[in-house]
Amino acid sequence: MLTAFVTLIGVAIVIFCLLRIVPGDPVAMMISPSATPADIAALRARYGLDLGLFQQFVIWFKAVTAGDFGASISLRRDVVELIGERLPATLELAFAALVFGVLAGGTIAVITTLLRRTPLEAVFEFLNGLFLAVPDFVWALALVLVLGVAFPVLPLSGRLDPASAPAFVTPFYLLESLVRLDFATFSDLVAHMVMPVLALGLPLAAIVARILKESLLEAMGQDYVLLARLKGMSPLRLVLQEALRNAVGPTLTLTGVQFTFMIGGTVIIERIFAYPGLGNMAIDAVINRDLPLIQGIVLIFGALFILINIATDALAVLLDPRQAHG
Amino acid sequence: MADAALSPAFSRAGGKTLRALLGEPRVLFGGGFVLLMIAIALLAPVIAPKDPLEQDLMLGTLPPAGFDGAEAGYLLGTDDLGRDVLSRILHGTRIALIVAFVAASLSALIGTALGLAAGFYRGWTDRIVSRLVDIWMSFPPVLLSVLLVAVFGPGLHSVIAAIVIIDWTRFCRVVRAETIRQAGLDYVTAAETVGFSRPHILLREILPNVVPILLALVSLEMGIAVTVEAILSFVGLSLSSDTPTWGGMIAQGRQIVYQGWWVLVFPLIALFSTVLAFNQLGNGLRLALDPVMRR
Amino acid sequence: MTSPLLSIKALSAVSTREAHQPVLRAVSLDLRPGEVHGLVGESGAGKSTIAKAVLGILPRTVKVTGGSVRFEERDLLTLPPRALRDIMGREITLIPQDPQTALNPSRRIEGQLTDGLRLRLGLSAAAARARALALLEEVQIRDPERVLASYPHQLSGGMRQRILIAAAFAPGPKLVVADEPTTALDVTVQKEILRLIRRMQRAHDTAVIFVTHDLGVVAKICDSVTLLYAGKVIEAGTTAAMLERPAHPYTRALIAAGPRYDRPEASLTPVPDAIFRQLRQDIEQTERA
Repeated sequence: MLTAFVTLIGVAIVIFCLLRIVPGDPVAMMISPSATPADIAALRARYGLDLGLFQQFVIWFKAVTAGDFGASISLRRDVVELIGERLPATLELAFAALVFGVLAGGTIAVITTLLRRTPLEAVFEFLNGLFLAVPDFVWALALVLVLGVAFPVLPLSGRLDPASAPAFVTPFYLLESLVRLDFATFSDLVAHMVMPVLALGLPLAAIVARILKESLLEAMGQDYVLLARLKGMSPLRLVLQEALRNAVGPTLTLTGVQFTFMIGGTVIIERIFAYPGLGNMAIDAVINRDLPLIQGIVLIFGALFILINIATDALAVLLDPRQAHG
Repeated sequence: MADAALSPAFSRAGGKTLRALLGEPRVLFGGGFVLLMIAIALLAPVIAPKDPLEQDLMLGTLPPAGFDGAEAGYLLGTDDLGRDVLSRILHGTRIALIVAFVAASLSALIGTALGLAAGFYRGWTDRIVSRLVDIWMSFPPVLLSVLLVAVFGPGLHSVIAAIVIIDWTRFCRVVRAETIRQAGLDYVTAAETVGFSRPHILLREILPNVVPILLALVSLEMGIAVTVEAILSFVGLSLSSDTPTWGGMIAQGRQIVYQGWWVLVFPLIALFSTVLAFNQLGNGLRLALDPVMRR
Repeated sequence: MTSPLLSIKALSAVSTREAHQPVLRAVSLDLRPGEVHGLVGESGAGKSTIAKAVLGILPRTVKVTGGSVRFEERDLLTLPPRALRDIMGREITLIPQDPQTALNPSRRIEGQLTDGLRLRLGLSAAAARARALALLEEVQIRDPERVLASYPHQLSGGMRQRILIAAAFAPGPKLVVADEPTTALDVTVQKEILRLIRRMQRAHDTAVIFVTHDLGVVAKICDSVTLLYAGKVIEAGTTAAMLERPAHPYTRALIAAGPRYDRPEASLTPVPDAIFRQLRQDIEQTERA
């Protein structure tokens, strides 16, 4: 916990220092050419840009710990508010991709374990190797071409069709539409998510499949599986009931790490599909030199990564009976 | 027992290593493709049918050969500014390879130096390096690279610098873990008993045994670097849109995907094949060079 | 003389991995109902291969080249997989070697002990649980309720082996294959486990194939014994006869190499190399013949 906190402070310092050396004056970019030097100075003072570096950091750090991330320069709105609007979209996307990746990868691992020493195993292994090599960026664009252009069955951009969007109470559209049993909106949201989720989830699925299969094969060689086999259990039940739970450990740890990589991947994937999430907004913030917004977003990402690591460790303990009932 | 005290790298004959490499199909496939790319990059001005920068709006968005409206001489069609897609892809190989080799070597250099030091000296060195890696891993890499290029200003140097600043951690983590493992082996103890200095043991005894896994990582990193360059071009931060880069073409192709899918498809295939080749080469190197995994 | 429960006739097998090296050379043995038969030999002698052939779990790297394994007149080697599955785990069961790896670490004992009863005997959950409790008491486990609710890591090695013995005798098998069931245990626990297997076997009138490399263990538990070397039967007979009047020099040397079954404190004499040379020559000669 303490190391996590130290890491987060380190992230804050790095990001703060990095942003102070950005060339180009953000204020100059946001005012009209007719502004007087006095106007510029007033604006600079408003955003605290006229103070020394260390002072800026102290002010900023105090504000951040109080939950105040300042106001976006380009969007002229509260950073916390902006993040609050966009983060749920990214979280829905990332969790959907996580669920897809783990389920698909897990299913493939179980299937290839059942298929071992058959010709089909080699086919699966080859495909798995291919999927492991291809990054999410390439997947996303290939999906754009296949499902968006060649066979235009899915919408290419956005989170949902603005024409048919209802008024949402929360920023968790997917959850909200499900709770409201508004299936038309739900399926529209899903249709928009399919391609980004595939792009993010396929590499994860490939890694999960590879690692889980290795652990499953190891578990299948244990004596307790042999005994269960002698008792007449079907191969599928052997894998699911006997081997799977003892094999998930390494996969779980790996999934935690991969999940943080995947959330990092949402930045470019959201950009490709014009998905209104945090990453997409982050790139715009960088292009617009919107320092407060960049700081806020990067810190949120850092906190998210650290939270995921803590959650992964906790889950690993929970799932291991040796650690849970020691 | 005597073998255990010998450094594995020194008990391996050079010829045997070469045979192991050439016997690994992934190395042949991946390495062959990379050699082909190097040849294309060197010969691009000779083999490219057109000037990659030459615009001709009269010949905008021509489809590739074999499709309706294709124009002779434009095998893979043209983009919306009438530039030859094939020529731009061939010239784009140059940027891709420069980024791949320079960025991967530099990140390997920094990451290996820090990883060796942290893994061998442990203590404070290790604590600081490990914490630094933790902090670095808490940044979304794409966002950080975009940010860094924004800080440095657009251009090839910035792209390479951004990749190096982000990806040294990949090498550092693996090299550190491997160094810790190697430092626990008998040959290191033997070298200590003989009385070699610490730096000597690190550089002459341990480093050669880290090289196989390092080579594999470098190859994988080259694939990653090419992708990152494409991503940065895609975001519009890499090089000017004139310069032929695959990422720039992909970004352009994404925008006009309904009018000219080929502007996206062909550079994407080039990127995909390159990433795959570096990946196969890296995995093949690991299989062929790792004394433990070698059968 | 009753008809044999298990009859192995001239069983030969080769390893497909090591250039068709023979792993079993025309092995024959008979087992009467209720008999405890020791399969003795050093590692690689073929004793485990025989046990696996009886259980129908020969690895893919072993290929049977001749002979038969008859269990109550059914040849286990040619039986269709379905029929084989009906026998294994019900009429023939296994006590595994290592209690550490033979219990699923992530499942409670109850499930592991009862799913054989439910799958094989079609018992209801309640009936299977009652049966499991009775079995645990039979293998002298105190507080069986608590043990049923435990995970394997919460139990000692001896406890786990008792549970595995209970599981092996649970479906009322005619034959139990015990694969070095005491090798992984402490010496003190070993004796208790041997006594337990003997008692269970007598109470249920079950035949046992006892795989071991330890003649001392054979002396304690086996009625008859087959001694193997390099896949070949060196000597076979009743335990008493073989230990009192060993016919083959290898047998004599093994008995001398002890720990003596009758004098455990006696010093150890390794088997002389000359005897191994002789054994190999003998085997090569019979191969050529």
